Amino acid sequence: MLNYTIRRLLISIPTLLFISLAIFLLLELAPGDPMAQVPLTVPPEVKQAMREALGLGEPVHIRFWKWIVQFFWTEPLHLFDSWFGTAWAEGQQRVISWQTRSPVMEIVAQRMPQTLWVVGLSYIIGTLIALPIGIISAYRQYSIFDQIGTFVSMVGFSVPTFFTGVLLIVIFSVKLGWFPSIYDTTLVVNDWSSFVLQLKQMVMPVFVLALYNAAQISRFMRASMLDNLNQDYVRTARAKGLTERVVVLLHVLRNSMIPVVTVIALGVPTVFGGAIITEQVFKVNGLGQLLITAIQANDLPMVQSLTFIFAVLIVLFNLIADVLYGLLDPRIRYD
Amino acid sequence: MSDARAAKLVQVRDLKMHFPIHAGVLRTRVGEVKAVDGVSFDIYEGETLGLVGESGCGKSTCGRAVLRLYDLTSGSVRIDGTEIGDAGPQRLRRMRRVMQMVFQDPQASLNPRMTVAGIIGEPLVEHMKMSRKDRQERIYQLMDAVGLNRAFANRYPHEFSGGQRQRIGIARALALNPKFIICDEPIAALDVSIQAQVVNLLEDLQEEFGLTYLFISHDLSMVRHIADRVAVMYLGKIAELAPRDAIYAEPLHPYTQALLSAVPEPDPVLHDTQQRTVLKGDVPSPAKPPEGCNFCTRCPRVMDVCHRIDPEYREVAPGRYVACHLYNDAQTAEQTAAAMPA
Repeated sequence: MLNYTIRRLLISIPTLLFISLAIFLLLELAPGDPMAQVPLTVPPEVKQAMREALGLGEPVHIRFWKWIVQFFWTEPLHLFDSWFGTAWAEGQQRVISWQTRSPVMEIVAQRMPQTLWVVGLSYIIGTLIALPIGIISAYRQYSIFDQIGTFVSMVGFSVPTFFTGVLLIVIFSVKLGWFPSIYDTTLVVNDWSSFVLQLKQMVMPVFVLALYNAAQISRFMRASMLDNLNQDYVRTARAKGLTERVVVLLHVLRNSMIPVVTVIALGVPTVFGGAIITEQVFKVNGLGQLLITAIQANDLPMVQSLTFIFAVLIVLFNLIADVLYGLLDPRIRYD
Repeated sequence: MSDARAAKLVQVRDLKMHFPIHAGVLRTRVGEVKAVDGVSFDIYEGETLGLVGESGCGKSTCGRAVLRLYDLTSGSVRIDGTEIGDAGPQRLRRMRRVMQMVFQDPQASLNPRMTVAGIIGEPLVEHMKMSRKDRQERIYQLMDAVGLNRAFANRYPHEFSGGQRQRIGIARALALNPKFIICDEPIAALDVSIQAQVVNLLEDLQEEFGLTYLFISHDLSMVRHIADRVAVMYLGKIAELAPRDAIYAEPLHPYTQALLSAVPEPDPVLHDTQQRTVLKGDVPSPAKPPEGCNFCTRCPRVMDVCHRIDPEYREVAPGRYVACHLYNDAQTAEQTAAAMPA
């Protein structure tokens, strides 16, 4: 298992390098000019000089190489410096956002907490709701509970988050006035009342995303439970004289969790990627919103770095899902 | 062969197991599959009752119903003096110590995520208060009893061959010292070379622990080898039940006759001269059994009465039960009894 993990990690290095090249070339081919927002009164020569100051005058391969060096060498060095107080990265050029002229990674670090709180929490809550729903739906297949569960997850699946989000805002913010419609990032939680305020502003975005996540995962859980409930080993477990609780929760659930755990693990990168639409609807300034604004402003280093971070997370969690599968299912051996 | 003096360990009376059929948009109940439709038999302590019949005749359902792995439609099942036909889950759980089952598919019937020790030991955890050390010792004993190497205790089922897996299943069934074990086609999924091993193991264990078996199979020669008495099922009912030697020497029910004549004859000379009764047509659907006798649509000796009246299942000679109008006439019954070897 360890050998397998190390081998997979080594294989992922060329994969990620290729992905970074693909992203770089795609952005290179995309139309758009970072100087498009500069007033028309600025003469073209000055604009050209500004472009060259951003490094756009260099040929493609030089720029790609520089980005690689900055991203994989200078940025980790800076991180190391900030942790241990050393000064190894002193004077080395970091990846700079063209919009704000500040280092990309600093902005990402600022945005990360909002995304993790709202999207991450919704993923956890969605999973926690989905698992019992899936288990009960399968155990009582075609019961009223199952029918309602199926209906709710079909709704969660098919109604887009920009609709449920706006619907919730209209009902709970506009009509009832219970929750704020805009997520306030500047809120500092230092006492009970500010904590309540934080909870209130998180309720709606978390609910919208949790419904969406729970819909998917509960379907997987139900299908997987149904697969296992009819297996012969379940009859064996009953013949052993085990209680129904032990039969379902120990025998059936443990076997049904194998595919579901991998599905949950594969969904984690989307948490970091942020729910772009939901973040827009509730004005949560997380990573998803950062990506959208960077794309609109032609902020290539920002877009490049963000998409690459997402790619790293996807590759990583694919590996984690595979390793989990091997740990959970004794029939799978990787070595 | 068992005699009447031995105690009856299992008494099954008029056992019915019907499964509802749902159809249509609203999934209303439109009928039922009569998988087991009024079956009665006894099993004496220490004997092996073979239950034979073609695929889909309700053998396995009957076995599972006797162990109450289903909720019965109606009927009574007494095992070791306790009525379990209507027992609730708690009482049933306690009865599992007395009655166990060896399943057909040794691959699917073992939980793939449990080690051999976990599979064999789980009933002990559930039903007995045992220290960890005692339990380990008991697991090793059981593995010895079925001929599994003790070193395999921490392996998973997929690492074993079919025969070894069936040994795990047998060890698991033995864990609680049961009196009565239902073997539901325990050899059907195994290679011929392994089948004999497993059947011999079952016989050895029966001798060692004084077990009583209900041996379900479609393999007539294997049943002849292991069973003391044989019951023949057709379409959810028992057609004939008799001591082994009697039923193989002189089958009474036309279905039994047809079934036995289908057994391949290894001697080429006899093979060529053998008179086979070949049944025509298919088994009717158990959702819509024919009126009268179940077998009337295919019976080579069908009579008028067979289409109207369901023949009574009755004892036509000591220890010989048959459900057929051919033997319902008192005279015929007497003749048959007289022809029987005493």
